[in-house]
Amino acid sequence: MNKPKTIIEVSGLKKDFHVGEITVHALKGINLEIKQGEFVAIMGTSGSGKSTMLNILGCLDKPTAGQYVLDGVSMGELGKNQLAGLRNNKLGFVFQSYNLLPRTTALENVELPLFYNSKVKAKERKERAIAALEAVGLSDRMYHMPNQLSGGQQQRVAIARSLVNDPVVILADEATGNLDTRTSYEIMSLLQRLNEDGKTIVFVTHEPDIARFTTRNVVFRDGHIIREEMVKDRLNAAEMLKNLPVEED
Amino acid sequence: MNALRRNKFRAFLTMLGIIIGVASVIAMLAIGQGSKKSIQDQMADMGTNLIFAMPGSEQRGGVQMGNSDAQTIKLSDVEAVERECTAISAVSPQVSSRGQVVYGNKNWPSTVYGVNEKYLDIRKYTLAAGRIFSEAEVRSYAKVCIVGQTVVDNLFGTDIDPIGKSVRFNNIPFKIIGVLAEKGENGMGQDQDDLMLSPYTTVQKRILSITHIQGIFASAVSEDMNDVAIEQLTQTLRKAHKIKENDTDDFRVMSQSELVSTFTSISDVLTALLGAIAGISLLVGGIGIMNIMYVSVTERTKEIGLRLSVGGRGVDIMMQFLVEAILLSVSGGVVGIMLGILATWAVSSVMNWPVVIMSSAVFFSFLVCSAIGIFFGWYPARKAAALNPIDALRYE
Repeated sequence: MNKPKTIIEVSGLKKDFHVGEITVHALKGINLEIKQGEFVAIMGTSGSGKSTMLNILGCLDKPTAGQYVLDGVSMGELGKNQLAGLRNNKLGFVFQSYNLLPRTTALENVELPLFYNSKVKAKERKERAIAALEAVGLSDRMYHMPNQLSGGQQQRVAIARSLVNDPVVILADEATGNLDTRTSYEIMSLLQRLNEDGKTIVFVTHEPDIARFTTRNVVFRDGHIIREEMVKDRLNAAEMLKNLPVEED
Repeated sequence: MNALRRNKFRAFLTMLGIIIGVASVIAMLAIGQGSKKSIQDQMADMGTNLIFAMPGSEQRGGVQMGNSDAQTIKLSDVEAVERECTAISAVSPQVSSRGQVVYGNKNWPSTVYGVNEKYLDIRKYTLAAGRIFSEAEVRSYAKVCIVGQTVVDNLFGTDIDPIGKSVRFNNIPFKIIGVLAEKGENGMGQDQDDLMLSPYTTVQKRILSITHIQGIFASAVSEDMNDVAIEQLTQTLRKAHKIKENDTDDFRVMSQSELVSTFTSISDVLTALLGAIAGISLLVGGIGIMNIMYVSVTERTKEIGLRLSVGGRGVDIMMQFLVEAILLSVSGGVVGIMLGILATWAVSSVMNWPVVIMSSAVFFSFLVCSAIGIFFGWYPARKAAALNPIDALRYE
């Protein structure tokens, strides 16, 4: 078997925030490599820099210093529009607060990234969005508005949206943060399945339980990586879900 | 475009600002312009080539006398004008007296004007019935009169034909030989039908016992010749009154067109006032549009952040908001124009006000409101699209 391709390569990454007179060093020189097919959990307490890291990985924010190579493309030299193109083609984002467009059907929400891809025509856009919704098990909710969906369903719509452009990596920021245990397991089971199908996933969380569903944990503290380890006793979310007591309500 | 469909109420509110702004400007200017035009029309109705001379102040032993009671204009002046003023086509003397007109057991206060047979043409009166007095009747101080509609209404009602009836004015019986066609109020709100016309000789001799006259009414051959006619009239009267080169006139000459221009300038002020009100409402409307556009786009900063994060370029997002703003502003402007015309029409039919819709008002208000709407729909979107996606996403 071939050696897995490197998707993300980060070296000497720094990020400073200027809040008034004070400069906050959120990231203080990060080196990280993520290979294709990995399911990486970035962990840490609040303020450790893990979300900042994810935003930079997602090209939503620019680093102050350091190198970031995504799927062979170096970020440093790219302009705003090129970064937008990269987000459109190579990245899928899942947010803690779902960030779905209100008063817009699940289908249209999932179609959104493809609107900004001129190569995808309307017919293909719809087909791919339907396929993505089927992949997250929401084919019967395609014409529902976000406010007609539960939190877990909304997050699955968001995951379908992150899948629809067939990204090289899915970045999830506390994707289970707003959900109860059962729904969290449902989301993790979905992500595990996607990972088994070959998707590379970077998942930010502060919950150690959730991190045990992933393949590798990277722990941040004060802008540094303090620990990196492979998950030894990996949990299977689908099985966990079966073992959960059935709720009465 | 989908975003507009999804937020019908917000889109409607945004459009409302533009609709009200455009409509109010159109309606207000239409009303202002209409009243101006109606004043001009009424003035023209009174005869734009009308010229009249009134006694001016005179000096008696160094004492400056008032205007009206001077006795400086004489019948011979009328003859001189007839003879010498080539730019004047018709001329009539005028004397008048107020008094009670009595018929049977009814009476009505009115004014009798002593004039000659050309007066009707000069003042643009027409006869509804009967005839005008003849030259012979003028020469013989005939006790005949032509009455206006108001006098007819008050003395005879609708049932009696006034022609041939005899009315008494200051106890002198006058036989009615004609009735004037109704003319309505003039621009100053005076009833132009509340009058009696008699030969000037009759009024001079039988009512007032005077030999002078109180004024000369004349019409210029055409409106263009007004100034020439005024000059000729002035020179003729100065010569007739033997006024030396440097002395002031003992009479005043005025023309209807001067009055018209006075009234036009009054209504110009009115239009300017309405224009100012319209301008202010445009400003208020504009600020309203600005606010709602700015707020509704700023409120969508998070949406812009999301669109950026899934790969929308700044340009794509600006285009989207620009298209939305243009759609809202233009459709709001069109609805505003329709509403403004509708409101104008409603005012004119319900309140019976004269209105004139100005195409410049339509165009200008539409342009201003749309421009404000488009700018303030686009500008905050541009600002948000220039943010780092993460900052736009985090916007609260």
